Amino acid sequence: MKISEKNVAYVAGLARLSLTPEELKTMTGQMDAILGYVDKLNELNTDGIIPTAHAVPMANAFRVDQVVTSIGTAAALANAPHGADGCFQVPKVIE
Amino acid sequence: MSVLQLTISGLREELQAQRTSAVAVTRRCIERIDNTDDQLNTFVSRCDDSAFQDATAADVRLSAGKAATLTGIPLGLKDIFSTKGLRTTCGSKILANYVPVYDATVVERLREQGAVIVGKLNMDEFAMGSSNESSAAGVCRNPWDTNHVPGGSSGGSAVAVAAGQVVAALGTDTGGSIRQPAAHCGVVGLKPTYGRVSRYGVIAYASSLDQVGPITRTVEDCALLLEAIAGYDPCDSTSVDCPVPDYQASLRDGVAGKKIGLPQEYFIAGLDPAVKAAVDAAVEVYRGLGAELVPVSLPHTDYSVACYYLIATAEASSNLARYDGVRFGVRHCTGGGLIDMYQQTRSAGFGAEVKRRIMLGTYALSSGYYDAYYLKAQKVRTLIRQDFLKAFEQVDLLLTPVAPTAAFKIGEKMDDPLQMYLSDIFTIPANLAGTCAMSIPCGFDAAGLPIGLQLIGKPFGEEEMLQAAWAFEQATDWHTCRPTL
Repeated sequence: MKISEKNVAYVAGLARLSLTPEELKTMTGQMDAILGYVDKLNELNTDGIIPTAHAVPMANAFRVDQVVTSIGTAAALANAPHGADGCFQVPKVIE
Repeated sequence: MSVLQLTISGLREELQAQRTSAVAVTRRCIERIDNTDDQLNTFVSRCDDSAFQDATAADVRLSAGKAATLTGIPLGLKDIFSTKGLRTTCGSKILANYVPVYDATVVERLREQGAVIVGKLNMDEFAMGSSNESSAAGVCRNPWDTNHVPGGSSGGSAVAVAAGQVVAALGTDTGGSIRQPAAHCGVVGLKPTYGRVSRYGVIAYASSLDQVGPITRTVEDCALLLEAIAGYDPCDSTSVDCPVPDYQASLRDGVAGKKIGLPQEYFIAGLDPAVKAAVDAAVEVYRGLGAELVPVSLPHTDYSVACYYLIATAEASSNLARYDGVRFGVRHCTGGGLIDMYQQTRSAGFGAEVKRRIMLGTYALSSGYYDAYYLKAQKVRTLIRQDFLKAFEQVDLLLTPVAPTAAFKIGEKMDDPLQMYLSDIFTIPANLAGTCAMSIPCGFDAAGLPIGLQLIGKPFGEEEMLQAAWAFEQATDWHTCRPTL
C-alpha cells in the first residue's frame, strides 16, 4: 500500500474536506492506485535537472505603479453567501 | 444553407453584404438549440434575451458599415468564462448561484467585436475530466451517437459546434480539454501556446497549463477566432507581449517542403486500429501535398500522464482553496465554527472527481512528500519540454493521433479514474511543454464516430500549424461531415 486510510483522513483535513467512512475507503483505494502509477517517475534519474514551474520562461512581470478603479464594495459582496455592514460574514472564529 | 454548415467566414460575407441579419441567424441557432438540447444537454445557462439584444446591436453596426470579423456571429462559451451578469457555474454545485461582476478578457474581446453570446456550455466540473460526465449539470451527449461521451472537459463547446447550436465556441485546454472533445465530435479545436491568450476571468484549474482556445467547424474559422482572442493582457501577467500574426492571411501558404515529424512513441500498441488507419491515411495526404515526413522521438512521452496528474492536481488543490463559502458560491453550515463551515461547504459543493484531484494535489504538496512527488514531477516536466524543443530542431511540426480511441460509451470509464486519465496520453505532453497543438477531423471508425488528427506546433508557431491544418482540410472532406440529429 502506498497510502493508508489514516493518511488519507489526514490529507482530507488539510484540504478542508470531510469524507464519510465509505468515501474514505474508496478514496484510499483510488489514491493508492494512482500513486502506484505515478511511481514510474522514479525510473528517471533527475539529478541536476532544473524543475519547470512554467513552460514559458519569463521573469517578474511588472506593471506601472498606478491607482486604477476597483470593482467597489457592493460588487465585491454581490456573491457573498452572508454579508453585513460592507463585510463578509463568517461563523464565530474566536470563542 | 443548413445551420450545421454555417461558418464565421461564410456568415461574415453574408452579414456584411446584408443578405441575412444577425437577428435571423441568432434565431436559427436558438431554434436549433430548442430542438436538440433535450437530447444533448449542451447548455448550462441560456441567455436568449441578451442574445437578441446583441444581435440587434450587431445589425445596427453592420448597416453602418462598421462591422468587425465577429459582428453578428452567434457563439457559445464554456461555462468556465466569467460573464458579467450571466451565471457561471464551472460545472459545479459549489458555484450554482455565482453571477460574475466582470467579463473575462476573452469575453470582453468577443463583445467588442460585436459577437452574439447565446449561452454557457456544459463541461466537466472545474474542467477536470475527459468525458463531461463529472458535470453537476449532468452528462452532455455526443451528437454522433448519444450513448457516447462527447469528450471533455470542453464537451459542451464541441457538441454545440458539431450539432449546429452555435457557429463556434470557446473552450479551455489544460491536458487536452479542447482537442479531445473536438476530435470526438468531428470539429476543429486549437490549444494555443501558453501565454498566447489571456486567462484573466477564466476560472482556474491548473494555472501553469490552462489555455483558452477556439472550437470551430473549419480551420479558417479557427484562425479568425484565435486572432480575435489572442494577445497580451495587462490583467494576466503570464500572457506574453508578442505580436499576433494575421493567421488568416497566411493560411493558404501550403506545406510543400515542410518537415513533419512522426513521434514513434505516439504510435503504440494501445492505439485503436481505426485511429491508426485514419492517421496513417493523413500522413499520406501530407506526403501528397509535398511535405517531408520524418520519424522523430519524444522519449519521455510515457511519463507525461504521471507528471501531469501530480502538477495539475497540486495546482488545483491550491486554486480551489478559494471555494470556502465566504466570498462567493454556495455555503453549507449546519453549526460549528469557521473550520466546520469550510468543511461542510466543500464536502457538499464538490463532486467526486474534484475531491479526488484536490486530495491528490494536497498530498503531493504536503510536508514530507513535496520532493518525492511535486518537485520530481516538475523535473520530469523539464525533460518532456526538452524532448519537444529537440524535436523542433529537426522538424517544423509534429503529427499524431489526438486520442487512442474514438469516443467511449457513457459510464464506461467512470469507476476507474486511472483508465480515464490514461486516455489523455497524446494531448497532455503539449500542455506540459507549453506549446501549441490542434485537432482536425481525419476520419471515422466502424461505428461512425469521428477521429481527430493532432498537429503540434512550435511555441508561438500557431501560424505554421494552421497552414498545415488548412492544407489538409482542403485535400479532404472530413470537415464537411455532420451528425444527423
